[in-house]
Amino acid sequence: MITGEQKPINEIIELVKPFEKVLILGCGTCVKTCFAGGEDEVAVLASALKLSFKKMGETIEIEEQTIERQCENEFIQEAAAAIGRNEVILSLACGAGVQAMAKRFKNEVVLPGVNTTFIGIQESPGVFTEECSGCGNCGLAIFGGVCAVTRCSKKLLNGPCGGSQNGICEISPDTECAWHLIIERLTAIGQMDNLKTYIPPKNWDTSLSGGPRKLIREDHKI
Amino acid sequence: MKPISKLHETLLNGDFAVTGECGPPRGANKEVIDEKVKLLNGHVTAVNVTDNQTAIVRMSSIAASTHLVAAGLEPVMQMVVRDRNRIAIQSDIMGAYSLGIRNILCLSGDHQCFGSQPDARNVFDIDSVNLIRTVRDMRDTGKDMSGFDLDVAPQMFIGAAANPFADPFEYRVLRLGKKIDAGVDFIQTQCIYNMARFKEWIRRANEEGLTEKVYILGGVTPMKTAGMARYMNNKVAGMDVPEALIKRMDGVDKKDQAKEGIKICLETIEELKEMKGVHGVHIMAIEWEEVVGQIVEQAGLNK
Repeated sequence: MITGEQKPINEIIELVKPFEKVLILGCGTCVKTCFAGGEDEVAVLASALKLSFKKMGETIEIEEQTIERQCENEFIQEAAAAIGRNEVILSLACGAGVQAMAKRFKNEVVLPGVNTTFIGIQESPGVFTEECSGCGNCGLAIFGGVCAVTRCSKKLLNGPCGGSQNGICEISPDTECAWHLIIERLTAIGQMDNLKTYIPPKNWDTSLSGGPRKLIREDHKI
Repeated sequence: MKPISKLHETLLNGDFAVTGECGPPRGANKEVIDEKVKLLNGHVTAVNVTDNQTAIVRMSSIAASTHLVAAGLEPVMQMVVRDRNRIAIQSDIMGAYSLGIRNILCLSGDHQCFGSQPDARNVFDIDSVNLIRTVRDMRDTGKDMSGFDLDVAPQMFIGAAANPFADPFEYRVLRLGKKIDAGVDFIQTQCIYNMARFKEWIRRANEEGLTEKVYILGGVTPMKTAGMARYMNNKVAGMDVPEALIKRMDGVDKKDQAKEGIKICLETIEELKEMKGVHGVHIMAIEWEEVVGQIVEQAGLNK
């Protein structure tokens, strides 16, 4: 999933201050799962904002709505009526959702209420880890299912640097050494020989390095 | 094979090589380099010039190496892949060669989070093994990474680092083999304090025939104080200072600890001199260059 976390309340207050009628628009898929922008978070944020504005002696009208996915036109349409009633959309979707809203509602102000963080998983309750950087050229088959591009702090493709100790990366005691995990996995599945092969410089053309990407499925185009 | 550099020639002749280290200043003051050159010149075959080590911005490794060339002291230009993409890397290698630099040490580089500007964006376009192969290909095929024929191809004597003290230990010899396959000519190791572990690493490298294919220079750093020993063990990535050595440093009077540190360093060099598969020593006297001459002399490594 795409993970994110809500922006600090003070930053959100500054963003919505110039407006009187705000629609807080939640997104019911990824950001809901990581507790950043689902229905519950919309409700909590709405209360917090109302309270803050009351304390400041200012008025604000807040409407709440959550749609299934802000990144899909089919669902976005459901928000049209509420958008019409408000001055600004405070979107709690990921960056893709915020931009999809801005594309669909060309004359509306759309503000981000969430910092989009990464493509990851919920490793344990409340703990999310980054697993994929969407480089457009998946090499997980060589690395035993552990991504060296994303999970090695130096994106090393030919083995661990000299800073790996007891399975921990040099950058922080909270960061596992991806190469330690790769070697553990390859040992377990009997594929350690993969590591003897020289991996040439990665082609980053398929990543964001090559410019904003587009995926075209001719068979689905109308 | 015609030697590319003095360091190469020394190793080709089968002589025990001695290299030193020179960290460029945090500023544009060439005099700092001149001072270090004075302390090192005549004692070592070549001197590593670090490339923004610990991710702290310093005078560039190429510029500082060029000052060494001008002073008649051979540099080993360090190059990390943290700060440059492949375009800048190849360009800098050509530039370095044109300035008279003949040795390069290919490194990943300390992560920027250790430095004074942790908010920097890193590059890591290619890794250190790719860098070795790139320099090797430029030298041996005369082509850049795109396959373009260079009019004059840089001829570098290619080095890399190895850390026998990092984990996973089982993988460390395999990684050495990988660097050899990529085209490395010499290896400088992380500072050796845990001699037992170093011996085990070199034993395995000998067993695999790797020490026949690459020159290995054992890394040593004289310790100034017991505090430094403890600090290196706890805070410096990839360092392994055994408790016994820390205790030994602790056991002597504060004013004699530097002397003890040099003594330990000399004992390590003595063992390295006799060790099969070790071809030299790399003395990293960090901001303590004045002791290098003394160490070289007492170790009987004078030319």
